[in-house]
Amino acid sequence: MMDDLRELYQEVILDHGKHPRNFRHPDDANREAKGENPMCGDRFMVYLTLKDGVVADVAFQGRGCAISTASASMMTELVQGKTAAEAEVLFHAFHDLCTKDEDEQGAHGDVDEETMEKLMVMSGVRQFPVRVKCATLAWHAMNAALHGQDSASSDQY
Amino acid sequence: MPDADAILSAQRSVEAYDVLRVREDFPILARSVHARKGKPGKPLVYLDSGASAQKPRQVIQAMTRFLEEDYSNIHRGVHFLSQTATDQFEAVRTKVARFINAPSDRCIVFTRSSTEAINLVAASYGRTFLSEGDEVILSIMEHHANIVPWQLLQAEKKIVIKVVPCDEDGVLDMDAYKGLLSDRTRLVAITHCSNVLGTVTPAKAIAALAHERGVPVLFDGSQAVVHGRVDVQDIDADFYVFTSHKLYGPTGLGVLYGKYDLLKRMPPYQGGGDMIESVSFEGTTFKAPPSRFEAGTPPITEVIGLGAAIDYVEALGRDAIAVHEHDLLNYATQQLSRIEGLRIVGTAPGKGPIVSFALDGVHPHDVGTIVDQYGVAVRVGRHCAEPLAERFGVGPTVRASFGLYNTRAEADALVESLQAVKEFFGA
Repeated sequence: MMDDLRELYQEVILDHGKHPRNFRHPDDANREAKGENPMCGDRFMVYLTLKDGVVADVAFQGRGCAISTASASMMTELVQGKTAAEAEVLFHAFHDLCTKDEDEQGAHGDVDEETMEKLMVMSGVRQFPVRVKCATLAWHAMNAALHGQDSASSDQY
Repeated sequence: MPDADAILSAQRSVEAYDVLRVREDFPILARSVHARKGKPGKPLVYLDSGASAQKPRQVIQAMTRFLEEDYSNIHRGVHFLSQTATDQFEAVRTKVARFINAPSDRCIVFTRSSTEAINLVAASYGRTFLSEGDEVILSIMEHHANIVPWQLLQAEKKIVIKVVPCDEDGVLDMDAYKGLLSDRTRLVAITHCSNVLGTVTPAKAIAALAHERGVPVLFDGSQAVVHGRVDVQDIDADFYVFTSHKLYGPTGLGVLYGKYDLLKRMPPYQGGGDMIESVSFEGTTFKAPPSRFEAGTPPITEVIGLGAAIDYVEALGRDAIAVHEHDLLNYATQQLSRIEGLRIVGTAPGKGPIVSFALDGVHPHDVGTIVDQYGVAVRVGRHCAEPLAERFGVGPTVRASFGLYNTRAEADALVESLQAVKEFFGA
């Protein structure tokens, strides 16, 4: 059982949780969406700078647990420089990864192997169903921002 | 609820019970959790009784026996079973009245939950007797169940909600309370024991001050009735609510106590069967309380279960339970305080056996997940009391709440699992 814990709280997750990357509010952000989990009070703002259909910058602020913070931090690194369409594919790939068994996951042909490997770090959350909302919170907010919406609730996971 | 002095005197006079034997009455406490693939699990350490208490076999069996032998609808049939079931159901009403020292079982209304009991008062009493500009006084440590019903009334009637603050220890600010009472105050609704801080509020003094102005007081006793004696006449409560499932009884059942002359003046909360004298399309007349407030078939089997739960608690002795839990609270507080970076939220003297805390550098959600792997069940989050979480500036917390069946060894297990959390996070 402690193996499951190590799987969930991998070193890289603990690191991102403690030292989140892109934890800031970019001046030139032109999209933002709030992600909120009313159950535990986790709350993030995700900021996107979309230029010519490309995510030129992505950052976040807020407070949450190690899982939600690490996932938000890693999300910013992965989405940076992607087109809006690619970012959305990533969102769905990540969502499947957290919620579905491997054989049920859709094809993610468009996501390169290196990115997929990075996403896989979070897959330990599958063993902890109540924590899936933590892992997907900032991703939902990012996806909402992509679509010009101003908020996402983790209820929709 | 006993204050610190009452507990001290009870400690001298009450014989402690054998908690290990008591645990045998609760089948679920023998189970382990997270067993898989031939690997044994961890013994369950259930420290979440504040959310809902586990049920003794006596309660489970009373409900099973009732369903197998005596079940029928109540208050309706002329047949044998209907009479038998009605008698047993009404006997529990009498038992509940005695349990909180209500003057009559006519003052006891069965509801679906504490939440529904408060909603009943807000809807029936509130809509009838409160109007624009009238004031309801709540406290900062209310559960959402004692905030939101009043906000619904506020939206409808444009009443004013005032909030009594508390100090750093979580003690209710009685001077502020006095200051908030005014000519426009129409109702005071305050918890008798905070579900987050454990603070026991001075119910008698709260009621006395309100009564000087002729203002009725409602107490949310959901956490209070569980941990010690409650005497609604001594407190002079006008309304007192609690729930069955935190009192080792089944879910789906709450209790509203109301002074009879208040209940009598209140219109029905819901309409339906069992609450009417006569129905015609020209007009319907309603029964007297408590029937007036019990529309539809009530949770009959659950009421039987609550009766068994009250018997169980009384057989063990409410003073003995208070002493046992007080010891656990002191021990757990002592042990937890030794953990570096751990901050206990709620340190009011004479508090109930509830310990909420924050751990530096680790989010409660992560704490909850990790200690769960060690078999330790705690509540994490804002405990349905968001304003209070904001007040203490800690956001969500971890809450360990103790029941009559918990042991010092379980407090130790919590502390050990928290050490593991710290190692994990290097906190």
